[in-house]
Amino acid sequence: MSVTGLSARERSLLPTDLPLALLDRNGIPVDDPALEMPADEVLLELHRRIVIGRRFDTQATALTRQGRLAVYPSSRGQEACEVGAVLALREQDWLFPTYRDSVALVTRGVDPVQTLTLLQGSWHLGYDPYEHKVGPQCTPLATNTLHAVGLAHAARLKGEDTVALVLLGDGATSEGDTHEALNFAAVWKAPVVFLVQNNGYAISVPMSKQSAAPSLAHKGIGYGVPSYLIDGNDPAGVYATVREAITAAAAGGGPALIEAKTYRIEAHTNADDAGRYRDSEEVAAWLDRDPLDRIERYLSTRGLLDEERRAEIQAEAEDFAATVREGMNAEPELDPAHLFAHVYAQPTKALREQAAMLAEELAS
Amino acid sequence: MTTALRNQEMSMSAALNRALADALEADERVLVFGEDVGPLGGVFRVTDGLNARFGEQRVFDTPLAESGIVGTAIGMAMNGMRPVVEMQFDAFAYPAFEQITSHLAKLRNRTRGRVELPVVIRVPYGGGIGGVEHHCDSSEAYYTHTPGLRVVTPGTPGDAYQLLRDAIDSPDPVIFLEPKRRYWSKGPVALDRSGPEMDRALVRRPGKDVTLIAYGPMVATALETAAAATEEGWDVEVVDLRSLSPFDDETVTESVRRTGRAVVVHEASGFSGYGAEVVARVTERCFHHLHAPILRVTGFDIPYPPPKLEEHHLPGVDRILDAIGRLQWDDEVVGFHG
Repeated sequence: MSVTGLSARERSLLPTDLPLALLDRNGIPVDDPALEMPADEVLLELHRRIVIGRRFDTQATALTRQGRLAVYPSSRGQEACEVGAVLALREQDWLFPTYRDSVALVTRGVDPVQTLTLLQGSWHLGYDPYEHKVGPQCTPLATNTLHAVGLAHAARLKGEDTVALVLLGDGATSEGDTHEALNFAAVWKAPVVFLVQNNGYAISVPMSKQSAAPSLAHKGIGYGVPSYLIDGNDPAGVYATVREAITAAAAGGGPALIEAKTYRIEAHTNADDAGRYRDSEEVAAWLDRDPLDRIERYLSTRGLLDEERRAEIQAEAEDFAATVREGMNAEPELDPAHLFAHVYAQPTKALREQAAMLAEELAS
Repeated sequence: MTTALRNQEMSMSAALNRALADALEADERVLVFGEDVGPLGGVFRVTDGLNARFGEQRVFDTPLAESGIVGTAIGMAMNGMRPVVEMQFDAFAYPAFEQITSHLAKLRNRTRGRVELPVVIRVPYGGGIGGVEHHCDSSEAYYTHTPGLRVVTPGTPGDAYQLLRDAIDSPDPVIFLEPKRRYWSKGPVALDRSGPEMDRALVRRPGKDVTLIAYGPMVATALETAAAATEEGWDVEVVDLRSLSPFDDETVTESVRRTGRAVVVHEASGFSGYGAEVVARVTERCFHHLHAPILRVTGFDIPYPPPKLEEHHLPGVDRILDAIGRLQWDDEVVGFHG
């Protein structure tokens, strides 16, 4: 049995054989790209935000060693996705992140201390989702995909021009909710962009044990969702792809699935030992594909990034890190009354009694 | 006019249909969706005619995926809608369990009140209709054990209308359990919503000897038992809980303190079931008023039986009367109650 040919529609849904990119690993523009190179000011902003995001990430990991954070899942090495996808969003669009996407949150403008509230353990969520249009960071994987589809569909029903961008990892593509979300989004033509950051591992489980699909982007065709395989370490390419998908979704074209091939340089979290499941040569090979190096080289070659600007951004990143340290070193405000205040719109009689009991215990 | 509004005779299914229609009419943010709820009108016809009347944007069929239905309802509620979704049968709601318990129930708390999810999940539940496996579960305890959810269940057509309207208006997520064996029972419905609030229990039949505590499909069975009990000389009070969570301690406690005896009845299995919570709460509050331990009459601790054997499993009048008979009527200590 052989496949003699695909219809035009089928071809339009399939990803390319090789990941799409604008900049190769050395920061040199690829020949004849299928994507549109972002404007210079966008590229400069991508660079700036990646420097700041990476500094934030390093700072957060350091805070775990000082006991200020219970745990931190680093996204080092994935900044092209974290920053590129978020900058591609329009103000009215929504972001639905996972627990690994703290850099995406601060790039979106969420206060860094509020971003880290969950991992600090002082509350489940520190920020107001409506303030920056950022859904709660999702720790049960893939559940946020359905929230994104529902929110985007409701926006269409209301006649609003809103696209939802949902972030998920390679492991989450095995969860049922991902498949239900792709299917619902396709049937409803909901304006949702699914960005899979395929960083090679679901904690310790490698892609070879996660999926037998030719690529994770191939999962789109079964649902009628156009899919893109991209180089997830190319900030310009990630930005351009997500932007294009958002534009198409906003125009009524329905959802898109993007698989960005990237790599998690750090362990799953500070509590994980990656040496148990991968070797250092593999990490070294990916360090050679670093997203920050790549855009720096390109911008430097173009003469857009001089030492002065570089130093300014570095100083800005250090200031940001200092703000994070200061904020996280302050004792968090813990109010036990909050435990009971937001279970229901109005606390039930039973909860009022339990709150009074706790208050009495604390007073004695 | 008032009389007409208060005395419409209709089936529970029709009352639910009317409640959905009136809610859709009253508030454009209300959406109704799920499996087969569109042109078909639902397998129990509860959404009959709504798709034609309100259009595909507001009443629609979804792909067959319960987690998808609840998960997207959460997203829609985050964006200002008031979704009313249907799980086709009790046991078919289990794929949605994670979305219900980890997200729907918790998001208000996780966000310190910033995200409000006024979602209603309608679940036809319970047995007694000759349904094959996975179509007859009484799944209430899974939901009542989850803080953040309200769980209500009507026992009459009147309450079906009132409670569903209240559930849709509630700022909290509500699991709305519909006793499917009572869909076709008729009764008066007050369209002016003049009944008690959603979280209050109701004395359906006053009595002085013993309190039968029931809800959903067992309310009718309890009333039947109360009628039969008069022949035995017992004057039975029937309390219809209506709201399983939160629990109306006040109404139940008042009744049991007055009668001094109580039996809790439900279809669900007894072990670790909802009745255990009721017995514990009532005992804690009524200990010195009780003449006998509170008994439970429940389904057996077995998977729901095949239809030809379900009559043995479901609590009926005789089994409840037997339990009433075991409430230590003869060994009362005189003067114990002062």
